[in-house]
Amino acid sequence: MKVLVCISNVPDTTTKINFNDDKTSFNTTGVQFIINPYDEIALTRALELTEAQGGTVTVINIGDPSTDATIRKALAIGATDAVRINAIPRDAYFVATQIAGYAKDQGFDLILTGRESIDYNGAQVASLLGEMMDLPSISIVKSLQIEGGTATLEREIEGGKEVISCPLPLIASASEGMAEPRIPNMRGIMSARTKPLTVVEPVEVPNLQNIIKFEKPEGRGQVKLVSADEVNKLVDLLHSEAKTI
Amino acid sequence: MSVLIYAENSKGKLKKSSFEAASYAYSVASMLNTDAYAISIGEVSNEELEKLAKYGIKKILTVNTAQMHNFVNQAYASVIAEAAKSLSSNVVVLSATFSGKALAPRLAVKLQAAYVDGAISLPTNDGAFTVRKGAFSGKAFADVSMSAVNKIIAINPNSFPIAENSQPAVVEAFAPTVKDTDFRTIVKEIIQAADKVSLPEAEIVVSAGRGLKGPENWGMIEELADLLGAATACSKPVSDAHWRPHSEHVGQTGIAVSPNLYIAIGISGAIQHLAGVSSSKVIVVINKDPEAPFFKAADYGIVGDAFDVVPKLIEAVKEFKATHA
Ligand SMILES: Cc1cc2nc3c(=O)[nH]c(=O)nc-3n(C[C@H](O)[C@H](O)[C@H](O)COP(=O)(O)OP(=O)(O)OC[C@H]3O[C@@H](n4cnc5c(N)ncnc54)[C@H](O)[C@@H]3O)c2cc1C
Ligand SMILES: Cc1cc2nc3c(=O)[nH]c(=O)nc-3n(C[C@H](O)[C@H](O)[C@H](O)COP(=O)(O)OP(=O)(O)OC[C@H]3O[C@@H](n4cnc5c(N)ncnc54)[C@H](O)[C@@H]3O)c2cc1C
Repeated sequence: MKVLVCISNVPDTTTKINFNDDKTSFNTTGVQFIINPYDEIALTRALELTEAQGGTVTVINIGDPSTDATIRKALAIGATDAVRINAIPRDAYFVATQIAGYAKDQGFDLILTGRESIDYNGAQVASLLGEMMDLPSISIVKSLQIEGGTATLEREIEGGKEVISCPLPLIASASEGMAEPRIPNMRGIMSARTKPLTVVEPVEVPNLQNIIKFEKPEGRGQVKLVSADEVNKLVDLLHSEAKTI
Repeated sequence: MSVLIYAENSKGKLKKSSFEAASYAYSVASMLNTDAYAISIGEVSNEELEKLAKYGIKKILTVNTAQMHNFVNQAYASVIAEAAKSLSSNVVVLSATFSGKALAPRLAVKLQAAYVDGAISLPTNDGAFTVRKGAFSGKAFADVSMSAVNKIIAINPNSFPIAENSQPAVVEAFAPTVKDTDFRTIVKEIIQAADKVSLPEAEIVVSAGRGLKGPENWGMIEELADLLGAATACSKPVSDAHWRPHSEHVGQTGIAVSPNLYIAIGISGAIQHLAGVSSSKVIVVINKDPEAPFFKAADYGIVGDAFDVVPKLIEAVKEFKATHA
């Protein structure tokens, strides 16, 4: 089985978000970058499946050379090889077009993404890829089993889940539950240095939209404390002041 | 030119989020001096669909064939794309539900459209068609200018009030051409808790964390949630320990919620937790530690032991409901 896992390079979850003075770009000064947590889940599941059934796991990232550290981490976790499309990932449409361009004649049986990136929170790449490659795409998958060319997946829905069957090849976006993310061991870290990382130049993509400004939300005012002995006061405030009940 | 909404249903009933989408679409259509239409897919009665007229929708297309009764994102995207073409709609509005998010990007490729997911504002009326959405998991907003001719907006549940703009509407059967390859995914089973309030769409969320000590103590959380008509949620370590299902985990790596009221019980307020809940309109924190970081991100707070405060709160809510029935 040939698996492709899409890896996004995102700010560490503890990052305090700041923007450059023009308010149009994210200030990366002092920011630690990590593999998007959901992509780590996808990668781990891909490794579990290929370890059990045979096959390879390729990771792909759209990014400039600064993302190589994140790609090497994916190799250290266990991916076979890596591809980096050498471009700043302008938006999800751009990213998906690059991945589709690379993957279209590579014969992948399975392409996994994360459910969403934790920076731009688009939750789009998997479905965009599906449409661009004319393949089925299943979003927010909590469980993925593969047997004899058919996948059984559990997709999250409001208040429950849907069990879906789908023939390979397919695209799925990984959510919590699909696997417990693996941590690289020393042997993995050593071998990652020599695993192949191919750099590919990007294709042209039309520009459909632009982020023109970022803004941080205003903080909340001072918290109003209510004594634990006057809990009904809280209910009154929620009714008469906050008007939420 | 027109504005089209995808009116999503759950078991034959239009979702509340579909009425939000209708109200939003009516505002956009008014801004563009045009009309708002709807497409419904699945087993929904015409009588149910006519409810959309109340929120400004003039024409409702319905696709109610057996093949379409289960959600398949690829097929639904094909249908909506065809409806948009036949109605010359260049703006499509839907709700950013699990299904909405699974189909909208496919639609964006079909229509070569700009796509904003999780919109929290109406588009600007200055030609730039700028829409605001959350970014960096609730830590920031991004204003996106949608320059492409076709535009798709998935609005955040609970972000837009439902507004009445009654007018007569027609319901018409729509017969799209779908391909066999649109149906490669087959829904085998739907497992859905019958009477549970759906977390992403809930107006009130009662959430609890590690401070609750163990899964056996969630009875009072569920009781409070039931009383308030709220959905239940939890912090990540709680679902990691399997005290609660993963589907209840909120935060940066879980579900992002924006209810009118978020009640956090025994949750410390770590940055990753706050990222997924900070766009809630009102936040109440109950924690025994007055130094818990969550108090800095809260509107109301009670410093106290959850095992003492929550039962009292349940009584207080019961009393309130008895007097305000
Ligand atoms: C300097 C810089 C500036 C940027 N400016 C913008 C901007 O202005 N607007 C904007 O929308 N985006 C911008 N991005 C891109 C952003 O980081 C995302 O890569 C891209 O927008 C897709 O994000 P999403 O949230 O829509 O993806 P989602 O659809 O949420 O991502 C889902 C999954 O797709 C895969 N994926 C996402 N991104 C990549 C990637 N780069 N390589 C490989 N797989 C990936 C991962 O598996 C991920 O889990 C910028 C990035 C950089 C580095
Ligand atoms: C990559 C990454 C992603 C993450 N994503 C998420 C995420 O999406 N969502 C998330 O929630 N977390 C996430 N986390 C974890 C996060 O950092 C915190 O560890 C977590 O939110 C803490 O959960 P908690 O508040 O339930 O537990 P704790 O931090 O242990 O807090 C328990 C709180 O309960 C209080 N308490 C104890 N006993 C009582 C009592 N009897 N009555 C009242 N209060 C009491 C304590 O004072 C304390 O404040 C993530 C972490 C990482 C590294």
